[in-house]
Amino acid sequence: MTAPSLGKDLLGLEPLSREQIQLILDTAEPFKEVSERAIKKVPTLRGKTIVNLFFEASTRTRISFEFAEKRLSADTVNVAAQGSSVQKGENLVDTARNLEAMRIDMVVMRHPSSGAANFLAERIRSNVVNAGDGTHEHPTQALLDMLTIRDHMGRLEGLKVCICGDITHSRVARSNIWGLTKLGAEVAVCGPQSLLPGAIGDLGVTVFRRIEEAIEWADVLNVLRLQLERMEAGYIPSLREYYRVFGVTRERLERASREILILHPGPMNRGVEIDSQVADGPHSVILEQVTNGVAVRMAALYLLSGGRPELAEAAKGAERGSGA
Amino acid sequence: MKPVLLKGGRVIDPSQALDGIADVLIVQGRIEAVGSGLGVPDGAELTDVSGKVVAPGLVDVHVHLREPGREDAETVASGARAAAAGGFTSVCAMPNTDPVTDNQAAVGFIVKQAAAARGARVYPVGAISVGQKGERLAEFGEMVGAGAVAVSDDGHPVASSHLMRTALEYARSFGIPIAEHCEDPALSKHGVMHAGIVATRLGLRGIPAAAEEIMVARNILLSELTGGHIHLCHMSTRGSVDLIRWGKERGANVSAEATPHHFSLTHEACEGYDTNAKMNPPLRELADVEAVREGLKDGTLDAVATDHAPHHYEAKEREFDDAPFGVVGLETALGLGITKLVARGGLTLSELIDRMSTRPARLFHLPAGTLRAGVAADVVVVDPDAQWTVDPQRFHSKSRNTPFAGWTLSGLVHRTFVGGVTVFEAGAS
Repeated sequence: MTAPSLGKDLLGLEPLSREQIQLILDTAEPFKEVSERAIKKVPTLRGKTIVNLFFEASTRTRISFEFAEKRLSADTVNVAAQGSSVQKGENLVDTARNLEAMRIDMVVMRHPSSGAANFLAERIRSNVVNAGDGTHEHPTQALLDMLTIRDHMGRLEGLKVCICGDITHSRVARSNIWGLTKLGAEVAVCGPQSLLPGAIGDLGVTVFRRIEEAIEWADVLNVLRLQLERMEAGYIPSLREYYRVFGVTRERLERASREILILHPGPMNRGVEIDSQVADGPHSVILEQVTNGVAVRMAALYLLSGGRPELAEAAKGAERGSGA
Repeated sequence: MKPVLLKGGRVIDPSQALDGIADVLIVQGRIEAVGSGLGVPDGAELTDVSGKVVAPGLVDVHVHLREPGREDAETVASGARAAAAGGFTSVCAMPNTDPVTDNQAAVGFIVKQAAAARGARVYPVGAISVGQKGERLAEFGEMVGAGAVAVSDDGHPVASSHLMRTALEYARSFGIPIAEHCEDPALSKHGVMHAGIVATRLGLRGIPAAAEEIMVARNILLSELTGGHIHLCHMSTRGSVDLIRWGKERGANVSAEATPHHFSLTHEACEGYDTNAKMNPPLRELADVEAVREGLKDGTLDAVATDHAPHHYEAKEREFDDAPFGVVGLETALGLGITKLVARGGLTLSELIDRMSTRPARLFHLPAGTLRAGVAADVVVVDPDAQWTVDPQRFHSKSRNTPFAGWTLSGLVHRTFVGGVTVFEAGAS
């Protein structure tokens, strides 16, 4: 059996094939169970050193990666931009080379500039995992979104998924668009026109101007966080109006002819892009996304480190005897 | 100084509508005669240039030579050498130096460095506003007195229409053009490449074509209002070309230039976050590239200018957002012109020489762009069919930031004369 491999890095979903994306999702399945054990640890990445290099504040993504790494028995170091040499003006490539000189195996990086992960990956030998670069891609977020949708709907092919909110500034939107379209889902976006890129239609997605139309069309809504600074920069007049015109509310969902699965990458602005009754409601899978995030990241790290997908079950199973 | 007879070349001089086989005789640093069967004066160097083109030296009205301030990236001397290697004999150095070239002393410094350089002649361009801050006019009169040939706030577009109006009016007193970088800063804010599908995919902030076109339209209208000569720098969009065509039809005192990168590349060159394709104005779409080529063909765009913008290696070796705008251009301009405009763009070689020499010289009132008897012998000898591969390591410029590395171009500069002196000879360096 010749399974596709991921290559050296996970930079985004745009460069991946349908088979590679499928591979990560399928490999995540056996890893889900690890987090349900009393002793949540397998020896898969024992002896590997992973640096979590975060140039942007992040709570859930960083913690999720760290759990994934620790549950795979990797040694991890967290580097936050604040207080590091980056603050003293050291450039990215020097920072990375210095880390690499300490003989690390992987870098998980979050960075405010689009393309920063590509830049790093071209310049160091270690595997690079993009944990979000500017407004470019956030591949593991899209993968966990897709895994969650697949868990609930049983498939991705042919499903109608609408991404709602600030598409222009969203790396989550871009990664979801690539991943979902490659796996055969129909993808739409919905948001104020001032927050949709002019060329968005060229990515093969449908554009809905009104949230009511999107809700009528969709099987799944992935509701993006609206950053407060978009209002300050003049893209929208107020958060109040945003909620009234574009907010995903129970009233709007009740008018839909079918039940709609609700995702949100977090952190939520309750009462802005999403109503609390929706976020906490029966169709929300927001917390399952968080749970799946750990499994998807375990799968990605495992595959990048050279792990063979057909051995994933065995790789974690090896510890089952002593762990249980 | 030994007389030189360039024998049997194809002499192209758009200023005299010349294009044919002839000899060119240089005596005492000046063009003595152009004609067939010229005799060889005593002690003259006789050079057979058959199969090659002999033309007035190229003129680039838009270069950044980084001195003073960033001598690690370029100096007047290294820029003059790079220019000569590219076939240029006159270049105009933009004033966004550090400190800004916004007064007569600063202009005088460039003149002094230029006199000491061996290569192309370097003419200073002064700033429009003090410190290029867009607030109050710099002293045009004194700068012109010290040697400035134009004024520009290049790199810092003049946001205030009132300041641009007064600059155009005041410049008329001295007969100089205002060279303007057309960009509405509120619209281009934080942008790093063309706003289009590639920017959307890469997640990079876009600079819409309208950011340029709004200012092109404004500047044309202000030149009509004032009668001042507005020279529009590095035009990159099809809308700009249309607006300039419209302005010229209305009789506005407007001229415009386009760069080799804008007639050779599209925004797709930014794929992979290649910082050598990051420039301002940004690389646009294919329809824009075609409009720029057409504009150069029909004369709507008067001149090719390189916007030669050297940057130190390390400055470009970083995240796309943080890398500076700009590419070097002096040593690839003619090759790109012959390859992209003559071989594939519908220009004749004579039209290319016109856009790269005769017309820009006329626009900036430089004593160049012609082989008329009696003028200083600024001459380039080019082998138009010779092919070569761009190797940045062999550039005479101090900087290597080019998106054309590895490209095969037609048109090799064989020899460059400034005032009758050979300042570049292929294979001699």
